[in-house]
Amino acid sequence: MIKGRVYKFGDNINTDDIYPGRYLSITTDREEMAKHCFELAYPDFLKTARPGDIIVAGKNFGCGSSREQAATCLKYFGISVVIAESFARIFYRNAINLGLPILIAPGITKRVEHGDMLEVDLEKGIVKNLRTNDEIKTIPLPSFILEILSEGGLVPYLRKKLGSGEKGGNK
Amino acid sequence: MTIVEKILARAGGKKKVIPNEIVMAKVDVAMSHENADVVLKSFQEIGVKKVWDPEKIVILFDHRVPAESEKTATTHKRIREFVREQGIKHFYDLKEGICHQILPEFGHCRPGEVLVGTDSHTTTHGAFGTFATGIGGTEMAGVWATGELWLKVPESIKIIVKGKFRKYVSAKDLILYIIGQLKADGADYKSVEFCGPAISEMSIASRMVLTNLSMEMGAKNAFILPDEKTIEFVKSTTSKPFEVVLPDKDAEYLETLEYDVSDLPPQIACPHSVDNVKPVREVAGLKIHQVLIGSCTNGRLEDLAVAAEILEGKKIHPDVRLLVIPASRKVYLEALKAGYIEIFLKAGALILNPGCGPCLGAHQGLLAAGEVCVSTTNRNFKGRMGSPDSFIYLTSPATAAKSALTGEITEPL
Ligand code: SF4
Repeated sequence: MIKGRVYKFGDNINTDDIYPGRYLSITTDREEMAKHCFELAYPDFLKTARPGDIIVAGKNFGCGSSREQAATCLKYFGISVVIAESFARIFYRNAINLGLPILIAPGITKRVEHGDMLEVDLEKGIVKNLRTNDEIKTIPLPSFILEILSEGGLVPYLRKKLGSGEKGGNK
Repeated sequence: MTIVEKILARAGGKKKVIPNEIVMAKVDVAMSHENADVVLKSFQEIGVKKVWDPEKIVILFDHRVPAESEKTATTHKRIREFVREQGIKHFYDLKEGICHQILPEFGHCRPGEVLVGTDSHTTTHGAFGTFATGIGGTEMAGVWATGELWLKVPESIKIIVKGKFRKYVSAKDLILYIIGQLKADGADYKSVEFCGPAISEMSIASRMVLTNLSMEMGAKNAFILPDEKTIEFVKSTTSKPFEVVLPDKDAEYLETLEYDVSDLPPQIACPHSVDNVKPVREVAGLKIHQVLIGSCTNGRLEDLAVAAEILEGKKIHPDVRLLVIPASRKVYLEALKAGYIEIFLKAGALILNPGCGPCLGAHQGLLAAGEVCVSTTNRNFKGRMGSPDSFIYLTSPATAAKSALTGEITEPL
């Protein structure tokens, strides 16, 4: 069960908004990426959001480029789950592959306000708004996606599956 | 079955698939550019020693060429070393050009195959009847390790295009118009098929504009149904055999849309979203500071040709900077031979080396606060090309060239 405070966004939040192109030269330092979430488009985010927060957004969250940094920066910032009316597909895949939990919840922006506290059951796909006691159903994740998420992303998932973990290469 | 269903069924080793079914698809081509560095990190973390098939991986540099910083230089170096170590056969160092031009030029786009790239505009390669889509870096690491990835079979939208374009109206105007109608999420997760008489008429380069920009309405992938022209082009670039896949007559589509281009006026996508599209004349007269002709959308020979036709013998407006970036070394050479480069230089343009240039806001001609740029690229997001307080308008090369002459947004005719 994930519990956290809502940071709310509107529709069509693109990957340039989430992670500005000027920082794309940061390719491997994930902690550094986290310092630039929404830096140009929504500068308040870095001032007021906290690790553990839940992002709730409108339609087409994460549209734009395939930059994985957009999902990575949110994960390493400490966002616990992103819930949106819909996602752009590459962002959706990236989030899963990086182990950033993500849920599609049509209608959620009308039932959740900025600052609300939510309780999220990923497996059942149920989001509870603790302010209103409203229970919001989301589109449940297919089981193999839950499996990837529960391993913490595609890398640990493949390490386990391929049995390649012990042989090194990983620092 | 639709074309996407057929290709994914085959890639997944199945006889039949239906939309929303998930397949583990075998990958034929796996492309990465500078972000191969992101892939590399995850690949090392997976812990596999060798890539699954060094012949099927394509790596190239285009986003930051030549290296604009020490950091990028180090990234380039690390990737070159990896390429050598793994024996990756298809590596195009920074001299060649933009990924979405290099793949077809060097014969990596073949009908019926599955091509994935760590770049969202990988949809471009559907112009050859290839299932082509963008994926993230970590996911690509999985492909490097295993040669396959999970894909959800998308529903399909069919777009039939009829009519003849007016002079100086082109594929770019058409696709901007369609995005303006369908909006940024209008084709989310969907496969888009373009067909009809106007598409058959189109050059390979123009077809690539449609599949390139389909990304901006959310499409998972886009296709131009392969025809004689496609086959001829592909055969001229590769000797590898391929099998053309076409949709069945009774294939099922979520939607079928029809457009007639005959009366279509030049279109422009206004800040700060690609679906904020208007006829150029509605914003005509707006003062501009920079014009960019190039990118994976409109940096091909026919784009430079139309710009040269408009600029020949003329000088650009003194308050405007015109940047021209041929999409590849090959395009550059051809433009040189055709005399276009001389026309641009005489008109007052700056010719940059093939590559992405300022399209992604990394280097080479960024915008200051308050500046307005007319660009033939495919994204006008806030801050994409520099200051978050600058403004990007997306147009065809014809509109861009004409606007460079007048110093304000201007219809090409
Ligand atoms: S030209 Fe622009 S859109 Fe095309 S690949 Fe390069 S950065 Fe991406």
